[in-house]
Amino acid sequence: MKAVFFDNLAKGGNKMEFKFNWEGNKERVEQLNSFMKEKRYKKGALMMILQEAQDLFGYLPIEIQKMISKELNIPLSEIYGVATFYSQFSLIPKGENVIGVCLGTACYVKGGQDILAKIEEILGITIAETTPDRKFSIDATRCLGSCGLAPVMMINDEIYGRLTVDDVEEILNKYR
Amino acid sequence: MMITIEMLNEIKKKTLKTMTLRLEKKNNGISSINKENVSDKKHVLICGGPGCHSSGADELKKRFEQKIDKEELTDVNVSIAGCFGLCESGPNIEIYPGGTFYSQVKIDDVDEIVEKHLCRDEVVERLLNEGAIKEENIKPVFEVDFYKKQEKIALRNCGIIDYNSIDEYIALDGYQALAKALTEMTQEEVIDIMKKSNLRGRGGAGFPTGRKWETAFKYEADKKYVICNADEGDPGAFMDRSILEGDPHSVLEAMAICGYAIGSDQGYIYVRAEYPVAVQRLKTAIKKAKEKGLLGENIFGTEFNFNIEIRLGAGAFVCGEGTALMESIEGKRGMPRPKINRTAHKGLWGKPTIINNVETLANVPPIITKGAKWLKSIGTEDSPGTKVFALGGKIKNTGLVEVPMGTTLREIIFDIGGGIPNGKKFKAVQTGGPSGGCIPEEFLDTPVDFASLGKIGSIMGSGGMIVLDDTDCMVDIARFFLDFTVDESCGKCVPCREGTKRMLEILERITKGKGTPEDLDRLESLSEAITDSSLCGLGQTASNPVKSTMKYFRHEYEAHVKEIRCPAGSCQELLQFFITDKCVGCTKCANNCPASCISGNLKERHVIDTEQCIKCGTCMEVCPVGAVIKK
Ligand SMILES: Cc1cc2nc3c(=O)[nH]c(=O)nc-3n(C[C@H](O)[C@H](O)[C@H](O)COP(=O)(O)O)c2cc1C
Ligand code: FES
Repeated sequence: MKAVFFDNLAKGGNKMEFKFNWEGNKERVEQLNSFMKEKRYKKGALMMILQEAQDLFGYLPIEIQKMISKELNIPLSEIYGVATFYSQFSLIPKGENVIGVCLGTACYVKGGQDILAKIEEILGITIAETTPDRKFSIDATRCLGSCGLAPVMMINDEIYGRLTVDDVEEILNKYR
Repeated sequence: MMITIEMLNEIKKKTLKTMTLRLEKKNNGISSINKENVSDKKHVLICGGPGCHSSGADELKKRFEQKIDKEELTDVNVSIAGCFGLCESGPNIEIYPGGTFYSQVKIDDVDEIVEKHLCRDEVVERLLNEGAIKEENIKPVFEVDFYKKQEKIALRNCGIIDYNSIDEYIALDGYQALAKALTEMTQEEVIDIMKKSNLRGRGGAGFPTGRKWETAFKYEADKKYVICNADEGDPGAFMDRSILEGDPHSVLEAMAICGYAIGSDQGYIYVRAEYPVAVQRLKTAIKKAKEKGLLGENIFGTEFNFNIEIRLGAGAFVCGEGTALMESIEGKRGMPRPKINRTAHKGLWGKPTIINNVETLANVPPIITKGAKWLKSIGTEDSPGTKVFALGGKIKNTGLVEVPMGTTLREIIFDIGGGIPNGKKFKAVQTGGPSGGCIPEEFLDTPVDFASLGKIGSIMGSGGMIVLDDTDCMVDIARFFLDFTVDESCGKCVPCREGTKRMLEILERITKGKGTPEDLDRLESLSEAITDSSLCGLGQTASNPVKSTMKYFRHEYEAHVKEIRCPAGSCQELLQFFITDKCVGCTKCANNCPASCISGNLKERHVIDTEQCIKCGTCMEVCPVGAVIKK
């Protein structure tokens, strides 16, 4: 994600507000528009379009939700409803590095909670938040399907397994 | 392109030659295929399962190939296959002929394996899997205890074929079942075999697959759909992921067979977003099947058309529920529908729809080729066939196991799973995830099938099996699952949305030492009410973890509310600080205690007044000799 990605108007704790930067995201918006043109008549297109938007912008800016609403002729309330239902969609920008800490059963009984606590302690943010420098955000995920390696966390697409609390700092440092 | 059965057999014959060595694994050491046809001298098989893949299977393969090149070895084939099952000791590799089983192989070990094993036929003993050595003898992988009691149907190709190769799938009888169904059988005959086999859904509910298919077949409509439920929501289960990643074509073939049987030309695979690797491999598999004409129009020259699309989930557990999943594919909030209509009559977009779980589907092709009798010869009368379990938690061999139905919990956990590590004691096994229950030691000899697990207050579920030892608090486990359900409840019906929340609050109170004996009664009545009045399976089963732990471990609940004590020593806020006889009497703890509740003379053992203690943990931090413990 580039610096022009969005303008941060006000930040403070978890109540970050972001204004969408149309100029800096011109290409991405165009990409989304052509994706919409291609898929709009497909049945159940809304999920696919939101997933594409989430991939493109890293979150679902309200401005983009409005745009989709207009284009597909679906009420904004319905779009907002879908966007807030699924945990993969985010209404605030995610950090450059997304940390997914597994809180599935296998990881929980092997101390996944302690791993999460350590990460929260180091970064000063909690689940579903982004650090003020937008380097990191934390997602709680329910089972990454690597239970054999429990406890597990995933940073971007990289899986780290058989973790101990002492490993956390060093792993995070790789992404700083 | 149009494919014929002759072409399929040609591919099979040709590809088998390059795979013969590996098939030793499938046949437990007996190579039934003519050795003359073998084209390679040695096979290196690297596990590419969810666990091993993330520990670097791709790099291992690269390194092997580089080193093999350097040594100028010819006729060595290196492949990455699907999950071997034994994730605990990964990354795993096997070498054929012989089935030598190496574990925890690191990049730097590769050169040694190539130099010794591949060049000079010497086994690298230090890397052998622990279970592969018995009294100085080296056992091949198929005789290792972990594998010996297993019987593989759904996972039949996982760990043997290269998941990217459609030819290797075809070599092991892949797409033969589809060919047979399309060219030799009527729709009724396919449904008849499925009904006779009594294959029951592996997604949780155990509904007979053949009966479901028949319902959709008999219902007239202009369009019908087949859905593969790959949402795998049970946290702690990963068999569906392993099948999708290790043997994607088995699912595609089965969906096409189902499509033929019910009269549908369109399938969807709904995969959870947490499985990007599975999505990638499925995409590749669909593309290859289309290129070969095994999906698409006029398959095997018949009138039958079938296409498959992938739809991604977006992180909502409730979307594993059939009707919620359909809502999600339709692009809406994934909330379950009231069950007025059967989905086999009115499902996706109001059309007849068959939804089956990944593992259920993986069972279908062999049933069509081998017949209903064959499946019935495995497992129990009530639950024929096998079931895959994901062993996790406090168990030595974490991983995937597939056993005939009716195998006892004890066999799975102790004979295959290797028991509890670190000298701890078995306490309970949790099956069925958030909808299931905790089974105590006295029921370890229960055979695993749909009915038996139900009788003891749990469910088969999708096959997650989490083993708990004596340091796990059962109240906390119940709290963990309720926390999960509260998080994942879709909010449509009140009992589930509000009721589970109240249960969680009570459980949180108890684990914090603030519970009262009346709380236990409240939990019980809430459990009943939520079970009876919720809209979908999520709410109806949400209290199972509480019910089963209260039934079998009531003494733990009582200890929490009456004595404010956690017998397992797990609930932090119920623990007492205690100074052991290691204490050297340095007075540091007493000087730093903010509550001034530590007494003792210089150079004598100190004592904490637990009544006054505020459990801040300062004493523990400052003690230079580690004499302060929590218990
Ligand atoms: C809350 C809830 C979650 C479910 N999650 C899954 C799941 O992740 N995977 C699955 O195959 N079935 C899941 N099911 C079961 C499905 O509703 C359905 O019974 C199943 O997909 C049918 O396929 P089968 O007959 O092959 O088992 C879930 C059910 C409920 C109530
Ligand atoms: S429970 Fe953490 S990866 Fe499965």
